[in-house]
Amino acid sequence: MAPAPKLKLAVWKFASCDGCQLTLLNCEDELLAIADRVDIAEFREASRAVAQGPYDLSLVEGSITTVRDASRILEIRRASKTLVTIGACATAGGIQALRNFKDVNDFISLVYASPQYIDTLATSTAIAAHVRVDFELRGCPIDARQLIEVIGAYVHGHRPRTPSHSVCIECKQRGTVCVMVARGTPCLGPVTHTGCGALCPTYHRGCYGCFGPMETPNTGSLSEWWGHLGVREEDVVRAFRTFNADAEAFRREAQAHEH
Amino acid sequence: MQIIERSAFPVLCEALQRRGYELVGPTLRDGAIVYDRLASAADLPIGWTDEQQGGAYRLKQRPDGALFGYAVGPHSWKKYFLPSEQALWRAEREENGFRIIEDRRDAPKLVLIGVRSCELHAMAIQDKVLMGGACVDPWYASQRERVFIVAVNCGQAGGTCFCVSMHTGPKATSGYDLALTEVLEGDRHYFVVDVGTEAGEALLLDIPHREARDEEAKTAEEVVTQTAKTMGRTMDTTSIKELLYANVEHPRWERVAARCLACGNCTMVCPTCYCTTVEDVTDLAGEQTERRRTWDSCFTMDFSHLHGVGSVRSSTKGRYRQWMTHKLATWFDQFGTSGCVGCGRCITWCPVAIDITEEVRAIREATS
Ligand code: SF4
Ligand code: SF4
Ligand code: SF4
Repeated sequence: MAPAPKLKLAVWKFASCDGCQLTLLNCEDELLAIADRVDIAEFREASRAVAQGPYDLSLVEGSITTVRDASRILEIRRASKTLVTIGACATAGGIQALRNFKDVNDFISLVYASPQYIDTLATSTAIAAHVRVDFELRGCPIDARQLIEVIGAYVHGHRPRTPSHSVCIECKQRGTVCVMVARGTPCLGPVTHTGCGALCPTYHRGCYGCFGPMETPNTGSLSEWWGHLGVREEDVVRAFRTFNADAEAFRREAQAHEH
Repeated sequence: MQIIERSAFPVLCEALQRRGYELVGPTLRDGAIVYDRLASAADLPIGWTDEQQGGAYRLKQRPDGALFGYAVGPHSWKKYFLPSEQALWRAEREENGFRIIEDRRDAPKLVLIGVRSCELHAMAIQDKVLMGGACVDPWYASQRERVFIVAVNCGQAGGTCFCVSMHTGPKATSGYDLALTEVLEGDRHYFVVDVGTEAGEALLLDIPHREARDEEAKTAEEVVTQTAKTMGRTMDTTSIKELLYANVEHPRWERVAARCLACGNCTMVCPTCYCTTVEDVTDLAGEQTERRRTWDSCFTMDFSHLHGVGSVRSSTKGRYRQWMTHKLATWFDQFGTSGCVGCGRCITWCPVAIDITEEVRAIREATS
């Protein structure tokens, strides 16, 4: 039997902190095991070598914040058979999407000594706002096991096992005691997409919502309950405005509490 | 009825350990009383209790040294019989196909300490589901056969308990090897023991004990009578199946759906919920795969996902109705019992305090 052609993988970076790409670098042991099946054609964090497209699988990190990036993502889409976005920046605009709720020019003049060199869009947007995305892998940063699962799913042709229910289910599966019920700690777990392994509640923290909204987020009911727990309106806004501030359900909930 | 003094309680645990049993029971962790391995009786939440209401649970210190002075917590015993994640079998690629590897180990011998009456009923219900039909779940059955059960009759009701309404407590009536009633009177602290099986009787021979006096047996009766009078919740179960079947469309479902987070906590903590999903976990090289079974919930979209259609129960209204109607109505048709034992966990551990007894009451009142 002739060996199957190698899968050509590319990793692309847009506005982001590189944390999600580093997650991929940390998977080197797993990736070595498939070195004969996968060709890493483009991955600036790992190698300077660049192979020509087209690519079988493109992993895209980061959000669109410049005119140049807005056209670069179109090219990448054209050159990619399958395009998977990884991390909160790529799937929701990231923390830098906080600019979407303010005037970006105010930030620029405050932060930079020579604002005239800054060329940026007024918004930070998810990749899916610009091109068709085949699969979104959530998280800030993404979870290494889930990344391996997604790559494996494309290599072997099965559906990735990345459930989109609440973090609560993962807490209960681990036997973690609910921090909201047992301590009165405000937690975003019930409206947040699972995937982290219920990390924060296991260490007695409320969930920060790193994986964005779950499949059917009832944010209004949760905020109302937070009110009973003594959380102030402005803190509700802050809780929903972090790494996934521009994910629709979180954006709407924050807006509803902004006066 | 027999008497074991408080001072002899550790001896009971040690006698079981000598017979090769590992102790599991209530212990303090992360601000709650959970079920876990115990090194000895000293790991019990001695002198602690809990206060429970809808969506709230708090530990409190008791003025006495009671060993079992609290109600049920966030865990249930089902985690030992139907673990939240379990490998069923593995497969390895071979030259011309693959090889299935079943490494089934013997279930450990466990002694469950402090099992409450509602929990014994929940186990009997899960036995029906997982061993009562044509297909017996071998993993569940093998653990079920290897437990020794030390039940405890409840000395106080939790704020969300309603076992009296469900006829499942607070006194254990079957399904135990030994059942204890803890009595604290002045400076006396002892257990009135009811022997349920021959294994229980044999064990008793290894522990200092004596025949109970009439007044001691009476005191034990009073403990449970008192508990029965202080249930935190009640549920009128008259024709409950018919009530829910007649109200498949009722405005109350919309109202509860507006509050429900579809988070699935209620199903996870429920001691009778048995739903699981199976998935294959394959390594990146495609050489090994493992079939895993994990707890699932009818509140997730995947649960009702049909290929090419998506979720056929996509509204939260439909999902809350599924959960409550299964517990209190369709369960009777399916297994001949109620699916709810009145333990109150789904009320305490619902993050927004949705209360199954209140939902039944609302539908009943609107109907009559
Ligand atoms: S439905 Fe609620 S009260 Fe009834 S057995 Fe389940 S968790 Fe306990
Ligand atoms: S209520 Fe839902 S999770 Fe529980 S047994 Fe029924 S269908 Fe399964
Ligand atoms: S009833 Fe409560 S615990 Fe159950 S899914 Fe709804 S919000 Fe979650």
